[in-house]
Amino acid sequence: MSETTMNLTLKIWRQKNQNEKGRFVTIEAKGISTDMSFLEMLDVVNEDLTRKGEDPIYFDHDCREGICGMCSLYINGQPHGPKHGTTTCQLHMRSFHDGQTIVIEPWRAAAFPVLKDLAVDRTAFDRIQQAGGYVSVNTGGVPDANCLPIPKVKADEAFESATCIGCGACVAACKNASAMLFVSAKISQYALLPQGQAERWSRAQAMVEQMDAEGFGACTVTKACEAECPVGIKLTNIARMNRDYFNAKFFKEETVHH
Amino acid sequence: MILDSKIPEGPLAEKWSRHKFNLKLVNPANKRKFTIIVVGTGLAGASAAASLAELGYNVKTFCYQDSPRRAHSIAAQGGINAAKNYQNDGDSVFRLFYDTIKGGDYRAREANVYRLAEVSVNIIDQCVAQGVPFAREYGGLLDNRSFGGAQVSRTFYARGQTGQQLLLGAYSALNRQIHAGKVTSYTRHEMLDVVMIDGHAKGIITRDLKTGAIESHEGHAVLLCTGGYGNVFFLSTNAMGCNVTAAWRAHKRGAYFANPCYTQIHPTCIPVTGDHQSKLTLMSESLRNDGRVWVPKTKEIAEKLRKGQIKISDIKEEDRDYFLERKYPSFGNLVPRDVASRNAKQMADEGRGVGATGLAVFLDFADAIKRLGEDTVRAKYGNLFDMYYQITDENPYKQPMRIYPAVHYTMGGLWVDYNLMTSIPGLYALGECNFSDHGANRLGASALMQGLADGYFVIPYTVGDYLTSLGFKPVDKSNPAFEQTRLEVEENVNKLLSLKGSKTVDDIHKKLGHIMWEYCGMARNEEGLMKAKGLIQELKKEFWNDVTVLGENEELNLSLEKAGRVADFIELGELMVDDALNRRESCGGHFREESATADGEAKRDDEHYAYVAAWEYTGDNQPEVLHKEPLVFENVKLTQRSYK
Ligand SMILES: Cc1cc2nc3c(=O)[nH]c(=O)nc-3n(C[C@H](O)[C@H](O)[C@H](O)COP(=O)(O)OP(=O)(O)OC[C@H]3O[C@@H](n4cnc5c(N)ncnc54)[C@H](O)[C@@H]3O)c2cc1C
Ligand code: SF4
Ligand code: FES
Repeated sequence: MSETTMNLTLKIWRQKNQNEKGRFVTIEAKGISTDMSFLEMLDVVNEDLTRKGEDPIYFDHDCREGICGMCSLYINGQPHGPKHGTTTCQLHMRSFHDGQTIVIEPWRAAAFPVLKDLAVDRTAFDRIQQAGGYVSVNTGGVPDANCLPIPKVKADEAFESATCIGCGACVAACKNASAMLFVSAKISQYALLPQGQAERWSRAQAMVEQMDAEGFGACTVTKACEAECPVGIKLTNIARMNRDYFNAKFFKEETVHH
Repeated sequence: MILDSKIPEGPLAEKWSRHKFNLKLVNPANKRKFTIIVVGTGLAGASAAASLAELGYNVKTFCYQDSPRRAHSIAAQGGINAAKNYQNDGDSVFRLFYDTIKGGDYRAREANVYRLAEVSVNIIDQCVAQGVPFAREYGGLLDNRSFGGAQVSRTFYARGQTGQQLLLGAYSALNRQIHAGKVTSYTRHEMLDVVMIDGHAKGIITRDLKTGAIESHEGHAVLLCTGGYGNVFFLSTNAMGCNVTAAWRAHKRGAYFANPCYTQIHPTCIPVTGDHQSKLTLMSESLRNDGRVWVPKTKEIAEKLRKGQIKISDIKEEDRDYFLERKYPSFGNLVPRDVASRNAKQMADEGRGVGATGLAVFLDFADAIKRLGEDTVRAKYGNLFDMYYQITDENPYKQPMRIYPAVHYTMGGLWVDYNLMTSIPGLYALGECNFSDHGANRLGASALMQGLADGYFVIPYTVGDYLTSLGFKPVDKSNPAFEQTRLEVEENVNKLLSLKGSKTVDDIHKKLGHIMWEYCGMARNEEGLMKAKGLIQELKKEFWNDVTVLGENEELNLSLEKAGRVADFIELGELMVDDALNRRESCGGHFREESATADGEAKRDDEHYAYVAAWEYTGDNQPEVLHKEPLVFENVKLTQRSYK
């Protein structure tokens, strides 16, 4: 590994709170190591700001391992930055070069209002999950786990859908701010598993309706979401969701099971 | 107060069943008259909240992240243990119990650990019913692997993200109850105090991180499921927000803190690269199944390598010291975490470490690739190798990984009895937040098991027994204790906001981390610990005199959030040092250099230290009072652990 340092010009979105208007602020970041992660670079900038008595930049993050889905920066026009298949916290400064200008914005979507600086409110995602993202079983009284064999291929496919980290990059990437990739990932996980069958149709309907109520846009299949998703959630999930949703909506309960 | 662990009578295997029978039940119609506060939505909190709401209780949950799904449990990679014996390889509840007691170096309660092993089997059933996509075999049944040196395959996993899948399962159950109106979820809320009325916990004070509103919430019982305190070291594998604040404030209200010095240092993490580093990344322990750990045989070779005068490939086979295989022929690279970590440190101390800083050892896959082929290795560890490549810019298929130990887990925590109640009536602690099941060292894949055991299968029974003793009255929100405590919290926030010194909160936190790592880390001794105590006391003064906290309360305020947490970490740090000083024996993750065998292995002192150290807070800057809960072993024979 060869560590070098570089100087960067950051154009960062600063916004005091949800009600006030935001604007870009230019900050020079000097002596940034190529070994730093993107968020560590921002830590350094924040330490400098704090020493100068200026308010540090607020951004969401927690695990810094690419799994909690909390980090959410729109970097040079791309959610989670230029590197494919990674979250912002897993992006390293060696993906940038000395003298580069980096524009850093929050996720932009009507359903994700900016709270402060680079942090947005993603509770709409939780409300969609609450509408039906579960199998209705209580704790206790369930059969032995191996009573329900699931073919490995099916289980693996369900797992692929289940890997969504709920970051919202798909919404930020989409010109319509559609949440279809996120919603379809959960619907697919259950649609593929035997445990999810009993509520398959009602779940699809409830989650899609909540998604619409939250003000997310429609899908026009630009595939931007799939390209920017850090964990590789596939567009086929959306197709599956649409099929289940229309089944649920246009056919009677008795006729939709196949 | 005498510590009463409330361990039930009777033979080990019957204790839990008998206890469940003896616990009083709350009539279904009365459950809705009770409100339970659950702080934390990780595996412990989410599973508890969902299960209690299903029973009919009203539940309020709190977390500091923007969604309950982002609790730190999400980051667990390796897997979850359960004594299912699906592999027919000799596992049983008793074996899991035994392994956990032994792995914990005989510093945990037999009864708690046995119960944990007993309910472990139900956890897997529950998770599968929820739709958790565990790894499966071609026949469609669940797959298992051996993990962390266990001699049976009892670990269930979901590729490299078991924690995320289990947490999403618990989160889905929680969501169902939110939808049903039984759970109210408060996100971006931080708990800052417990409200005490007549010696019982009756509520909490929180700060809404978005608006700064300082609010009180009432409940008949309060469950702290707030995770571990590894971030006292600044650098750890924990998420950035992990903190001790909830537990510490409860401690200051009377909850005893048990075994604070028991910390787990995980052997396989990516080494520190520089001062800018904000956290350390764990490389799953499963890597040790196929990777071989080594350093150059001599200091001279190591030095040349560090200076770039030679390449790794220049080091001949006979000049490589596979030190774990050499010292522990029967366990080799699979020795328990504490042993592997200490040995890596010893290599670095001897000047044989690798990497620019010398604070690393190699984890080499060359043999595995030769034996199994690159494709097989990729199928097994691909995502981990990618992660390593991403962070270090080095290709582990071509050259050995560099790893070094890092703080990972805290076995210590709030003291709880068999019912998971702390020394404050009505206040419970679940998951990593309590001290209960792992003794002085936790086995791999056992934290997820414990969090879910506590939440799904223990607390739903035990909390009812306490609630029935209260009668069915609502909590009196007009009691002055609520406003009084709220004002105290507000005052503390204002005090923090008035600090306008020259240091940042991170400056102080990093200093604290250095002190803890240096003197209360992988090896501890009397002199170092005494020094650390003095340094921490000075640091506390420095914090209150010279730190700067910017902004105001009524906004998302980064420096205020951090300042409150670091102030608590400093106080906790001192207690950890006191606890380490008190325990003049080596056990599990706590290695006192004065207590070692002739060949440098940890030496326990069962005669004097077979007890839980539970500390009672007595006032600001006052020494804490030590209470001892003797550990009685009736079902296992205490032996010196040997992995030779
Ligand atoms: C990288 C990594 C990998 C791991 N891998 C494994 C593994 O493979 N197998 C295994 O068994 N264990 C593993 N562990 C350990 C295990 O993940 C944790 O011990 C366990 O998940 C802790 O769960 P918990 O529910 O107790 O707490 P957490 O999941 O940490 O949840 C804490 C909750 O409390 C909330 N909270 C904290 N403080 C406050 C406050 N003041 N106010 C309000 N809310 C608060 C947080 O918001 C969060 O919701 C791993 C740990 C790490 C760090
Ligand atoms: S689908 Fe991908 S981009 Fe969208 S929320 Fe899930 S992980 Fe993020
Ligand atoms: S901080 Fe958790 S995914 Fe980036």
